[in-house]
Amino acid sequence: MAQAETFVLIPGRTSRQGTTLNEGKFSTGYVEETSTLLMNPDDMARLALKNGDRVRLRTAQGQVEIPCQAAKAGELPTGILFLPYGDASSRLMGGDTHGTGMPNSKSFDVELEKAS
Amino acid sequence: MAELKIVENATCTFCGCVCDDMELTVEDHKITKAKNACVLGKAWFLNHHVEERPVATIEGKPATLEEAVERAAQILASARYPIVYGLSDTTCEAQRVAVAIADRIGGCVDTTTSVCHGPSGMAFQGVGEVTCSLGEVKNRADLVIFWGSNPAESHPRHWGRYSTMPKGLFVPNGRKDRTVVLVDVRKSKSAPAADIFLLIKPRKDFEALWALRALVKGVKLDASIADETGIPLEQLEDLAQRMKTCKFGMLFFGMGLSMTRGKHLNVEAALVLARDLNQYTRFYAKPMRGHGNVTGADNVVSWQTGYPFGVSLHRGYPRFNPGEFTTADTLARGEADAALIVASDPMSNFSQPAREHLARIPYVALDPKETPTVRGAAVAFTTATYGINTGGTVYRMDDVPIPLRAAFESPYPTDEEVLKKVEKRIRELTV
Repeated sequence: MAQAETFVLIPGRTSRQGTTLNEGKFSTGYVEETSTLLMNPDDMARLALKNGDRVRLRTAQGQVEIPCQAAKAGELPTGILFLPYGDASSRLMGGDTHGTGMPNSKSFDVELEKAS
Repeated sequence: MAELKIVENATCTFCGCVCDDMELTVEDHKITKAKNACVLGKAWFLNHHVEERPVATIEGKPATLEEAVERAAQILASARYPIVYGLSDTTCEAQRVAVAIADRIGGCVDTTTSVCHGPSGMAFQGVGEVTCSLGEVKNRADLVIFWGSNPAESHPRHWGRYSTMPKGLFVPNGRKDRTVVLVDVRKSKSAPAADIFLLIKPRKDFEALWALRALVKGVKLDASIADETGIPLEQLEDLAQRMKTCKFGMLFFGMGLSMTRGKHLNVEAALVLARDLNQYTRFYAKPMRGHGNVTGADNVVSWQTGYPFGVSLHRGYPRFNPGEFTTADTLARGEADAALIVASDPMSNFSQPAREHLARIPYVALDPKETPTVRGAAVAFTTATYGINTGGTVYRMDDVPIPLRAAFESPYPTDEEVLKKVEKRIRELTV
């Protein structure tokens, strides 16, 4: 199995995350949107990943297995991942807030590998 | 035939823009059209119809309102370290009662601010805020910068209603009279609408903002700043020059600053940059607030306790300490032994250690919708949706209070009504 690589994960809002949120946190659309990882197409090609392939993301706090999707050309720089806010992104956050009340919730390092 | 009603000048409470020019078409107990609403507002109005759920549950089983109030009051009154959390998606009137409950039970009161712009609140206290209303931005701003924010997807009407598109008193040609700059770690959906897009390296916001401070003051910088921040020196120099020479500059910052390592220091850098620029022109900085009444939560908790979030009332007087009394911490450290969660979903949004502890303690949840937090609650109340089923007051992201207008009645009580009942019973129990 290929070795895990370090990426920077950006959890954030999307239009679809916001609209499906109103349909309900258990709605198919919301669950799908918040558990689909967007990646730079070059990174995907280098790691032999296709749209829909499942990847494992790991931090010191936890890990999730979710499908990946190529971001539109030019949208995401190489080495950066985007995941709409939701259960999956929260599972990767640390509990420590470094005296601020806010865990590091954006731009944190994650290990990524293809899930077998 | 269904009864048809038009509600004019209704207010959307989905995001911090709090647009108050909605025209809602209501058929029976359902909104079928939301004229003027953005894509998020439409989803908000069209999906908040009356759902068939029990008014309350205790341990997941249907209960009467009175039974649930009694159980909720018992849980909160008997706790040794209770916390009150959420509050950003309810009215100021309900927020006020929630703070009173925290005071009565000697608990912590904290809002979702602590996990969105809480660090910005700390920065305001640290260095101050040069601030203005969105009305001033609309009428005066000729340079508008968005940093770490993606308004096209998070606040879709912000540009059209307040910041970049509208024609104003001193910007009569609207968008043509403005320069719009976006700074972000990715080329988001907002980028195509900006005149200038600067791609910054992740976790380098503080460095880039500090470099801009130096450039504004005329300090020469080495070209290696590009290696550090990802932004070429000439682009930073160009932006610094635009900032100094604009007539009215505005820096809107998003959670790209407050949620990224550095947090309040990133925001402080943005705020002092805006302050510095007032030596040359008029310049302001404001956070892009997310939830519909998160700004109201800051205001109400400040009126009541003197501090905006992360407040402990355990000793009978308010103490403010982010990192100690904020909910992400009191849960992750396993300190809280009961909770009152109002209009919020920490079971989805908090870190795993915090969620695991919340699952271990008895808590009371109020929400119009079923969420993971509602499902795990010892006592859950189904409440009316603010701004759709209730009147009341909310605060727009620029601290301007906006009244709400109900579109149709809900069979469920409001957050304020439930909280008042719980507070009354707690008073009886704690005499």
